[in-house]
Amino acid sequence: MVAGQDQAAAAPAIDVADLAIRYGGQLALAGVTLQVPRNEIFGIIGPANSGKTSFLRAVNRMDLLTPGMTVEGSVSVEGKEVRSWRNAYALRRRIGVVFPLPVGLPMTIYENVALSARLRGTRNRSDLDVIVERCLRRAALWDEVKDRLDSLGSLLSGGQQQRLTIARALSQDPSILLLDEFSIAVDPVTTMRIEEVLAELRAEMTIVMVTNLVQQARRLASQTAFFLTGELVEVGETETLFEGGARDERTTAYLEGKFG
Amino acid sequence: MFEATARNRRNQSVEGGFRLLFLWMTCMLILPVVLILGVLIYRGGPAISYEFLLTPPTDGMTAGGILPALIGTVWLVVVALLASVPVGVAAALYLSEYAPDNRLTRAINLAIINLAGVPSIVHALFGVGAFVIFFRFGTSILAASLTLAIMTLPVVIVSTRESLQTVPRAFREACWNMGATRWQTIRKVVLPNSISGILTGVILEVSRTAGETAPIMFTGAVFFSPFLPQSVLDQTMAMSLHLFVIQTQVPNVPEHVPFGVALVLISMVLAMNGLSIAFRVYLRGRKKW
Repeated sequence: MVAGQDQAAAAPAIDVADLAIRYGGQLALAGVTLQVPRNEIFGIIGPANSGKTSFLRAVNRMDLLTPGMTVEGSVSVEGKEVRSWRNAYALRRRIGVVFPLPVGLPMTIYENVALSARLRGTRNRSDLDVIVERCLRRAALWDEVKDRLDSLGSLLSGGQQQRLTIARALSQDPSILLLDEFSIAVDPVTTMRIEEVLAELRAEMTIVMVTNLVQQARRLASQTAFFLTGELVEVGETETLFEGGARDERTTAYLEGKFG
Repeated sequence: MFEATARNRRNQSVEGGFRLLFLWMTCMLILPVVLILGVLIYRGGPAISYEFLLTPPTDGMTAGGILPALIGTVWLVVVALLASVPVGVAAALYLSEYAPDNRLTRAINLAIINLAGVPSIVHALFGVGAFVIFFRFGTSILAASLTLAIMTLPVVIVSTRESLQTVPRAFREACWNMGATRWQTIRKVVLPNSISGILTGVILEVSRTAGETAPIMFTGAVFFSPFLPQSVLDQTMAMSLHLFVIQTQVPNVPEHVPFGVALVLISMVLAMNGLSIAFRVYLRGRKKW
């Protein structure tokens, strides 16, 4: 039992082998094998339609909620195959997700961040207050919204809403954070602030960051995977890839901006 | 260089012609509404009085008021609402939030469309067979209201489902990704943001049942009753049937009385519609995204 726990503790945050994803029979991603080590920022780059988002959806079992989506191969989170989790809701609770376009839920800022705790049954107002303040501070949003926690989250600016969704994801107390092109609708200054936040969060959780900005991956990710038209071209140390050490010439071409 | 060619000029005049045509057709819509209301107010207006609204008919329905019919219609609509709303909303929630796209779902959708297409007189016969005879409710408010409820069920389902679909899928996904179940997502995100549309749609659709005649004439509405209904198992008079009766079955009814009945009936429906529209405007003002 103890040995098993040690093994689980040593297992990579995400371990994927021979992953294939289909939508209604149409292959979206195939032959993906990679490991995401714990407490690292793992970058996934690639042009549109290369299967990056599908990969994230397979990790937290969104295939259950997506009509027509099927997943083959194995996906393990912290040493445990995701399909063997007793219930997918518990799995998703451990995995925070941030979407490309910020989704401020149509409720107050406070309720946006308190929602996850409420779903888990926390009713005590002072407990919720603590969670809300802590998560908003960690998402670098507290100072801007502390005086209007009762106004609507969906009325914040795009950059603020994106930090709100990060605060909401953090309120799940996740061990893995999945970011899907989080900076697509965010101004550069806010992007830099969020990147600083991510660098700090690395100590506490594993972050998988899908991005179409290759320099963002270079700034943050210790390892980077390159997806292209539904296949994993290669995965390696970010610096090695950017220093010209990529094994596949398509990777080099993409990193140099020759396509994509 | 930028002068209009003959073709440009022709396109422009054709464009103007079609615009006028469509505008004219749209204005035609207003005409029947204005005429109906105008005639009813002009000819039925003199019949309206407190006595007309608050006393039962007398002298073989040639004099007196319409109180039992008025109260009866309220009973019928309210009981129909109580029956159709829970079932309709639950069905719409299933179809919108849970149902996979498979053969069963497609069969259910087909059934809803067909149910909406059943003529009201056929619903009436179904009501007689099912509620009056089989369930032994007799001719009663209960039987008539359940018949009305079945008739309105498809529109309640369709309007509710449309309201649910106005909530963006991104909201649901964000909630699911936090580990929320479908029901938690419905309760916390979907319903709070669609309840206004659901309620207004339901009020609008059900208010139309106030005017239905065929489904209730065999199942619970009676020709004449001097008493107000005391329970759902009583028979009752109803506005729509009363109008039919005094217009076609009773001799020597003063001419303004049927118009007065029609005016009260249409006022009830319009009041419900007005309420629904006001409600919608109010809630739209508070829309959160």
